Amino acid sequence: MSPERCTRGEDREAFLLELRRILPAEALLSDAEDLRPFECDALSAYTVLPWIAVLPATVGQVQAVLRLCHSHGVPVVARGAGTGLSGGALPVADGVLLSLAKFNRILEVDPANRMARVQPGVRNLAISEAAARFGLYYAPDPSSQVACTIGGNVAENSGGVHCLKYGLTVHNVLQVTLLTIEGDLLTLGSLGLDGPGYDLLAVVNGSEGLLGVIVEVVVKLLPLPETARTLLAAFDGIEAAGDAVAGVIGAGLLPAGLEMMDKLTLRATEEFVHAGYPVDAAAIVLCEMDGMAEQVEAEIARARQVLAAHGALEVRESRDEAERRKFWAGRKAAFPAVGRIAADYYCIDGTIPRKRLAQVLGRIGELSEQYGLAVGNVFHAGDGNLHPLILYDASLPGELERAEALGEDILTFCVEVGGTVTGEHGVGVEKLNPMCVQFSAPALRQFHALKEAFDDKGLLNPGKAVPTLARCAEFGHVHVHGGRLRHSELERF
Amino acid sequence: MTIPYQDDADNLTGQVRAACARREPLRIRGSGSKTFYTGPCEGRPLSTLAHTGIVHYEPTELVLTARSGTPLARIEAALAESGQMLGFEPPHFGTGATWGGTVACGLSGPRRPWGGSVRDAVLGCRIVNGRGDVLSFGGEVMKNVAGFDISRLMAGALGTLGLLLEISVKVQPRPECEMTRCFDGSSAEARERMIQWGGSGLPMTAMAWDGRLYLRLSGPEKAVSAAVRRVGGDALVSADAFWSSLREQTHGFFAGAGDLWRLSLPPAASLDGLSGAWLLDWGGAQRWLRAADAGPAEVCAAVQAVGGHARLFRTANPAAERCAPLAPALAGLHRRVRAAFDPEGIFNRGLWQEAF
Repeated sequence: MSPERCTRGEDREAFLLELRRILPAEALLSDAEDLRPFECDALSAYTVLPWIAVLPATVGQVQAVLRLCHSHGVPVVARGAGTGLSGGALPVADGVLLSLAKFNRILEVDPANRMARVQPGVRNLAISEAAARFGLYYAPDPSSQVACTIGGNVAENSGGVHCLKYGLTVHNVLQVTLLTIEGDLLTLGSLGLDGPGYDLLAVVNGSEGLLGVIVEVVVKLLPLPETARTLLAAFDGIEAAGDAVAGVIGAGLLPAGLEMMDKLTLRATEEFVHAGYPVDAAAIVLCEMDGMAEQVEAEIARARQVLAAHGALEVRESRDEAERRKFWAGRKAAFPAVGRIAADYYCIDGTIPRKRLAQVLGRIGELSEQYGLAVGNVFHAGDGNLHPLILYDASLPGELERAEALGEDILTFCVEVGGTVTGEHGVGVEKLNPMCVQFSAPALRQFHALKEAFDDKGLLNPGKAVPTLARCAEFGHVHVHGGRLRHSELERF
Repeated sequence: MTIPYQDDADNLTGQVRAACARREPLRIRGSGSKTFYTGPCEGRPLSTLAHTGIVHYEPTELVLTARSGTPLARIEAALAESGQMLGFEPPHFGTGATWGGTVACGLSGPRRPWGGSVRDAVLGCRIVNGRGDVLSFGGEVMKNVAGFDISRLMAGALGTLGLLLEISVKVQPRPECEMTRCFDGSSAEARERMIQWGGSGLPMTAMAWDGRLYLRLSGPEKAVSAAVRRVGGDALVSADAFWSSLREQTHGFFAGAGDLWRLSLPPAASLDGLSGAWLLDWGGAQRWLRAADAGPAEVCAAVQAVGGHARLFRTANPAAERCAPLAPALAGLHRRVRAAFDPEGIFNRGLWQEAF
C-alpha cells in the first residue's frame, strides 16, 4: 500500500510537519526504505509498510505523539523488540509505528523490596542480569528472553518454562505506567501487592497494545534458587510421556519446569546442539526442581519415582550445573533446530487441559497425515501449552495456506477439548479466526466495549487481538460446533 | 465422584434481565459475611445462595470450578480430601462465606505473597453483565491470553461489573509439612528480619508480627527441618490456630473500638509518621493500623507517599470514606470500564463511589 496518503484522508506531509515540531529529526522516519525494517515483527508471513515510524526518547515525546494521533484520528501501533509471533506489532498502513527501542534503561533495582523499575524496552534477561548481584531474578522466561522486551512481555502476558511454578507475567508485575491514546498518564497497580480500584493491571497484561502504551514497568523479583536439578526421562510412546506429566502434577509436585519434546523435535535438536538426548525415544520429559538443597533432593526423588511408575525407559539426573544446562540447551534451541530441517515452519500456540495431552497429540498426528505436512511437538507440558511446529515450504504454491489451515484445525480441536487458541503468543492478526471459535458474539461485544472504555476511537493497534463480529460471521466454516450454530443471530455472507 | 448441586443460573439471569428492563438496581448478596468490608449499597437483593455446587474439580489438573453461591468451607473441604488447597488462603469472616463473595471481595490470607492472590488464582469465569448477557471468559487451563483478561478483573470488583455465576481457579497441593517459628523483637527488628528472609530461598509461606515475629515454613519434611535449623527461633504450638486467627481477624489485635485500616505497601517501607496499634502481615507488605492517631487523609497520604494505598477495612461509621479518590484520569477510566459492563448501573450501585 502506498505510504503517501493515510486512508483516513489525513495529509501525510501536513502530519509530518506537526510531528517534526515535537520530535527531533532522527526520531522520525518517513522514507519507504527507512520504514522497510518495521514492516513486520517476528511473524514475517505478514508485512505492512507503516505510514510513518517514530522513535521517541522521552515520555513527554510519546505523550505528544499520542495526543497528535488522537486529535487527527491516526492509528498507532507500539513496538518493542518485535519478537512477537502472532503479528501483534504488525504496522497498519495508515498509522504510526511507535518504536519504544530507546526506552531501554533499568531505572532502579530495589533489593529490600524485591522489585525493579524498568523502561518498557528493557530486555527480559537484562532484568535478571541486573538483579543477580542482589541474589534476585525475574522469573517469567519466554524462550526469546535474550531479545524480547518487558513492555512486550506485559502486552502479551508472556510465559516460559518457569511459569508453571512462578506464574505468567501478570503474576510478576506490580505496577505499570501507561499513556492512553488521549495522552493521559495512568499508574495501574502499586508498589504493594495489590492496587486500589479495579484490577486494570490484570487487564493490561495480555491486552496486546490495544489499551495503552506502556512507558514504565515495576516487576517483582524473586530470590535466586539455592540449587536446581533436572530429570530427563525417555518414553517409548508420546501418550505415556503425557500421562507421566499429569502424574507428576497429581503427586503434589510443582516443578520449576516440566517440558516435553517428541521424536521429530528430539532428533532435530540433537543434530543441532548435541545435548546427548536419547534419540530412539518417542518422547522425552524434562522436569526441573529448584529451591533449598534439601527441598530439591526430596522433590527430585519423588519425581523420579513418578516418572518411573509411568513407564519411563530411563531417567537421567543432572549431576552438575553444566549437565543441567546441557539438558535444557536442546529444549531452548528446539525452534531453530526444527528450522534447520524444514524450509519453513509455522508455530502454533494452544493450551489444553493436561489430561487431554495424549488425545490432542494423537489428533495432531492424524491431521498431519491428512494435510501431508509433518508436525513437530515441543511444549510446556506442565502448563498444557502446546507449540506444534508445522513444517512446510513457502516456495511451493498453496503450502503456506495448507499449513495455516492445519494450524486452525489444531486450535479448533484445542478449544473442543476445553482449551484455548493461544497460551502465550497472543492473538495478533494470526489467530483472529480461531478467536471466533472460542468466544461467543456477546463475549466479543464485551471485549469491544472494554476496548472503547480505554480507546473510544479505536486507534491503538487496530485490527488485532479481538475479531469483529462481521469477521466471525464470514468465518462461518468453524461455527458449527457440537451441532450448534454459533453466531446464529448474524446474517450469513 | 457425585457432587450434589443446584443450578440457579436461569433464575438469576432472568432477575438481572428484568432489572435491566426496569432499570432497577440490584444488590448482589451471598451470606453477607463481608458486608462490613464492602459498605452499603442500593437495590433489591439478588441472592446467590441457591446457586451452589462444585461444577468441576480435577485434582491432576489443579483446577476447580464452582458456582458462586457454594459455601467456601465446602470447597476447602473438597480440596483437602485430595490433599489440595486454595493458595490464597482466603478469609471467611463468617460461617456462610460463599465462593462468589470470596472472589468479588478479592481478599487473601497470610499465604498471599508466596501462594498468590485471589486474582492470581482465577483462570476463568461465567458472568451476567448489566445487559443481561451470559458471558464466559478465560477457562480451565493454566495459560490463556485469548482476549482481554476479564476473569481476573472480576476479582475484587465487588460485583459492580457483573453477577458471577461460576469461577474457575488454580489450586495448589498442600505442603507435606508445615512448622511455625517465633522470635522476640520490636517491629523495626521484625522488619529487618522480614527483608532478610524475603530475599533468601527459605521455603516460607507466611511472615507476620504482632509483638512477636512469626515465620511459617512449608514443604517436604526434610526441607522444613533444614530451614528450621537455619533460622532458629521457638516452635509455635497451635500454629494453625494462630494463622487462622490472623486470617479471620479473631486475633486479639482486631478486638476493640476504633477504625481498622488496611495498608498495602512495599514490604520494606517505613511509616514512622503514623502511630496507632500495628500488626504486620505478608512479610510487611500488608499492615493493619487500628485506632490511628492521624485522620483518614493523613493515613492515605502517608501510604501513597511510599507507593502503596490504604483502605478503611472496618468502621462503625457507614458514611465514612473508605479510601482516597483515584487520580482524575484513572477515576474517569474506572467509570467508563464500569459502564462498559453495566451501562445502567444495575449492580451494587453505591460501591466504589468514593473512589471514582
